Amino acid sequence: MTAPFGRRLCEVSENRASGGYRLFSLIDAEGPEPLPGQFYMLATERHWDQADGRPFLPRALSVAEAAPAANGVRLDFLIEGIGPGTDRLCELEPGENVWLNGPLGNSFTTPRELHQIFNLADGEFDAVRVAGAILVGGGIGIVPLALLRRTFAAQNIPTRVLLGFRDEAHSGGLDDLFACCEVRLATEDGHRGHEGYVTDLLAVMLEGDDAGSAAVYSCGPPPMLDAVAALCYEAKVPCELAMESPMACGYGACFGCAVPDGNGGYARLCVDPPHPHPVSTHPSSSAA
Amino acid sequence: MINASGTFDAIAARRVYGDALLADFPFSAFVSKTITPEPRAGNEPQRIWETPAGMINSIGLPNKGLEGFLVGDLPQLAELPVPLIVSVMATDREEFARLVTGVGERDEVAGIELNVSCPNVHSGLIVGEQPSETEALLEHLRPLTEKPLIVKLTPNVANPAEVAVAAERGGADAVSLINTLKASAIDPATGEPGIAAGHGGLSGPAVRPVAVAQLRAVAAAIQIRVIGMGGVSSGADAMEMIAAGATLVAVGTESFRDPRAGERIARELP
Repeated sequence: MTAPFGRRLCEVSENRASGGYRLFSLIDAEGPEPLPGQFYMLATERHWDQADGRPFLPRALSVAEAAPAANGVRLDFLIEGIGPGTDRLCELEPGENVWLNGPLGNSFTTPRELHQIFNLADGEFDAVRVAGAILVGGGIGIVPLALLRRTFAAQNIPTRVLLGFRDEAHSGGLDDLFACCEVRLATEDGHRGHEGYVTDLLAVMLEGDDAGSAAVYSCGPPPMLDAVAALCYEAKVPCELAMESPMACGYGACFGCAVPDGNGGYARLCVDPPHPHPVSTHPSSSAA
Repeated sequence: MINASGTFDAIAARRVYGDALLADFPFSAFVSKTITPEPRAGNEPQRIWETPAGMINSIGLPNKGLEGFLVGDLPQLAELPVPLIVSVMATDREEFARLVTGVGERDEVAGIELNVSCPNVHSGLIVGEQPSETEALLEHLRPLTEKPLIVKLTPNVANPAEVAVAAERGGADAVSLINTLKASAIDPATGEPGIAAGHGGLSGPAVRPVAVAQLRAVAAAIQIRVIGMGGVSSGADAMEMIAAGATLVAVGTESFRDPRAGERIARELP
């Protein structure tokens, strides 16, 4: 289902702290429910350009959760303030209006589809009988994995969740977005879970007997994604990575969000299809 | 209202928004991204950088090349409910001629915009920065098509009116201005330019006063039509372009913020 053509004003229903991040909700009266991995372009209606004429462009944010509401679709966004745009969105007041464009971007593929893309399926691939999905999130990159986890659960796809954070200040969303499921945690400062990287947990999991029939989905900082891709490549497990890139428009107009496509060219994260080799790519939230 | 070249991909937008894009098409003519003779991948990221009331871009004209455009893109662009203007760029006159001929002979194409913000490989000079180069290019291309030829002027010259006069003398039907202003910004996190190429082109409301001054100078110097653009984001901004001498107004960067900006701005006109 396509996005409504154009941006629209949506009212903020809630904004609260979630660990070191903020979790805010909007009611979208027009759009369809987003698919996991999709994102929206957001800007506040008022006081978007503050000091020094910034922010100017809307910000791309992955949607963390979505649910039908009485007057539309409730969209939840988890956000970390790291620049003028995200800082402004962190300050949203309930009742305030936000310009919303979306849902945009590709959605994640299922483990079955991923195995078919990578031509790894031996005959009939049965996602229920095999290892299913392993979700690996780092920092604010955990966002698109929340909706993905719930979607896979609804499809009876076994899903394991590995999340990593730098420290307590740079963590959040756990009790709000992943409260109902088992999460294996890693923190670099050791304040919760394994002391170290989330990729340490993935490495152990990929040594398991059932890893060959798993599919890995990951979003996080680029060095983490590189490590995830390398581990999966080594273990011959297909993986799909949600990436971020500076993005002015989110609908293919600006060509700003290009990333190398593995064939000597570039692909727009927002509208071009994911690239099956060497790893698949999807958009996630954009910086600042 | 039309779009500035390279600021709206109607084919991608139709994938994203579906046929609603056609039903509510935001422009009264559509200008394609710039087509070059051979395919281009575009520049290495990072390609964009937000600045006060604007942005810098260095995209690098990614496109499928002339053949790829004619086969892959033109049939889709022909389905748009408005006239199609194709933007072309090459680094010498013969290649420019190949583009103008190839595009100009297609019935789907209503006009051709010449992107002259590129170096001539033989002289090393940016064509659009030199009145003589611009006039010579137009004299070479003018006999090749009866379709309107629009020259996209660069603002990165001391006297854009001289180049506009040269374009008119060479047989152009219209000029469009302004293209982006050469600009750079330093990433405070690294101390290096935020754009991988080191610099790019500035657009957005920040450039509008420059556009107004150049429009006034150019419109006073020539008889042919003037397409005005540069930071237009409201009906009032479009009126400013018209007051400065534009007969047609284009929107660029504002479409990134509001996909229906072209239609909204037209609606906001008095």
